[in-house]
Amino acid sequence: MAITLAEKIWAEHVVRAASGEPDLLYIDLHLIHEVTSPQAFDGLRLAHRAVRRPELTIATEDHNVPTLNIDKPIADPVSKLQVDTLRANCTEFGLRIHSLGDKDQGIVHVVGPQLGLTQPGMTIVCGDSHTSTHGAFGALAFGIGTSEVEHVLATQTLPAVRPKTMAINVEGRLKPGVTSKDIILAIIAKIGTGGGQGYVIEYRGSAIRALSMESRMTVCNMSIEAGARAGLIAPDQTTFDYILGRPHAPEDFDGAVSYWKTFFTDKDATFDAEVNLNADELEPFVTWGTNPAQGASLNSNVPNPADIADEEARGAAERALVYMGLTAGTPLKKIAIDTVFLGSCTNGRIEDLRAAAEVVKGKKIASTLRMLVVPGSARVRLEAEAEGLDKVFIDAGAEWRNAGCSMCLGMNPDQLAVGERAASTSNRNFEGRQGKGGRTHLVSPLVAAATALRGTLSSPADL
Amino acid sequence: MDKFINHTGTAAPLRRSNVDTDQIIPAVYLKRVTRSGFEDGLFAAWRSDPEFVLNNAAYKSATILVAGVDFGTGSSREHAVWALQNYGFKVVISSRFADIFRGNSLKGGLLTVILDQSDVEAIWLAIEADPTTQIKVDLESRTVSYNGIVLGFAIDDYTRWRLMEGLDDIGLTIKNSDSIDAFEKTRATYKPATLPIRR
Repeated sequence: MAITLAEKIWAEHVVRAASGEPDLLYIDLHLIHEVTSPQAFDGLRLAHRAVRRPELTIATEDHNVPTLNIDKPIADPVSKLQVDTLRANCTEFGLRIHSLGDKDQGIVHVVGPQLGLTQPGMTIVCGDSHTSTHGAFGALAFGIGTSEVEHVLATQTLPAVRPKTMAINVEGRLKPGVTSKDIILAIIAKIGTGGGQGYVIEYRGSAIRALSMESRMTVCNMSIEAGARAGLIAPDQTTFDYILGRPHAPEDFDGAVSYWKTFFTDKDATFDAEVNLNADELEPFVTWGTNPAQGASLNSNVPNPADIADEEARGAAERALVYMGLTAGTPLKKIAIDTVFLGSCTNGRIEDLRAAAEVVKGKKIASTLRMLVVPGSARVRLEAEAEGLDKVFIDAGAEWRNAGCSMCLGMNPDQLAVGERAASTSNRNFEGRQGKGGRTHLVSPLVAAATALRGTLSSPADL
Repeated sequence: MDKFINHTGTAAPLRRSNVDTDQIIPAVYLKRVTRSGFEDGLFAAWRSDPEFVLNNAAYKSATILVAGVDFGTGSSREHAVWALQNYGFKVVISSRFADIFRGNSLKGGLLTVILDQSDVEAIWLAIEADPTTQIKVDLESRTVSYNGIVLGFAIDDYTRWRLMEGLDDIGLTIKNSDSIDAFEKTRATYKPATLPIRR
């Protein structure tokens, strides 16, 4: 029978299937961090359980960590306790951990791929909803809760109900200045925050195949913002080339490639749902509201809620404009920004930093704003510094930081103040996400860089 | 985990859609290393607003939350479930839940009930008209009843059985350790391992 890529990976990992019960899935790689793991380890201790396969787990510190003064003890005692707890748990249970200061420390979804641990055909989980990022390699990767983290630690498996499948076909060619971030923001605006609910999305089409691995990760990363737990892209030569030479790439690489090439959607397979998007027509996309589906082309205006037919969506838009301090009809490009944040598991990789550096090189950021550049991992930071990108950003007036989740979520020192407005390359514009009362516009690295120079939401074409 | 057979209580109307888990509990409240004490972070940003429904004395003792569509979107934080439970909620009703939140809630014994939006609206009207309205959520018969109205809801047999028995998933899986042992012998040899560390 012809089946889809997601179904193929699923079938290859079913440990046990019984009628009327969820399938028991084997998990190939488990990523953990300090926020969603302490209660899971506590559960293991209480039940006198060990970690079944310590060599299939890797831990890193990312959500809580400061991006300045990382050689000093973490100032916030509660954050420090959480990080110390992770370190103690990894020692007790024999798990690999990359702590602050280690060159492999960084955001969990940047670390896995850069070490070559993320490979096609795998099942990958983490107590973090952006685990969907790893789907860019043709892996079935999804976020889980802490009870499930405990379950995977104890058994290396997870009971799971088979999701439906959705194809999102993006055909055509992106215009210059339009990126994979704009593709995914446009998809979310089109299908809504619940559009992918219950599905695993496969991104297909010529525009997807033309993307680099890091751009593909940006697309898959935000699958959850459309409600889908997982999003994936079939592996191809771009995927294999990216893995080759990484520390944990298979030793029998050619053999592995032959195996990976079996992971694709069969020609006659059918999806439970299909969505089409034309890449030719896409423009730089930004959000104006407080959920990631409230977005529009940068060249348009803040929408008028009165024009929205659906009552629920209209009410949500009205509330969003109040929170965001915006007036309907204002050109998005007239919105003045206080802080530009370049980083996160969505856009904190070396290509993102290179793209933004290209825009700001030799120029100065607007005097009315601050710009934080936060590499997604310590290795990304080292690579950027070897290329001189740190100098480019510092010379332009930006702050060059150490790796971590930083301003993507208000849980470490990097936060917005009440009423402060950010153009952010992260993934969520929820109320208070980047700090209580903070206002977030989600943007691509190119828009972030151009906005930093002009002071208002802008694309490089406006320079 | 406590068994969940049925629950009767009063309900609070949360007339908002897309209540993401950052609203249910902001990240700054996620730093505890225990499973308890998260009630202080529940809806933290909204609790400072005197008009917020949970600040209305009439809904102080509510144990059922009736929310708008797409409840629990965003972050996978199970702390959102713990915060609702620590505060005293036993049931959340909505016309659609985000997948990860729903999975977390049903694993942890917080019953999430999906009803049609029109039924949610009707319950909102009833509990706004009379906050003391008693709502019975019966998992055994898969029904929500109030004011003589009985609404059926769907939940798969397996999850219902597990909740009604109060069973822990890990214990159930460990009973199948033989299947896991057998599966591990068949895994593809190309799969990576995190140990030993390669640089």
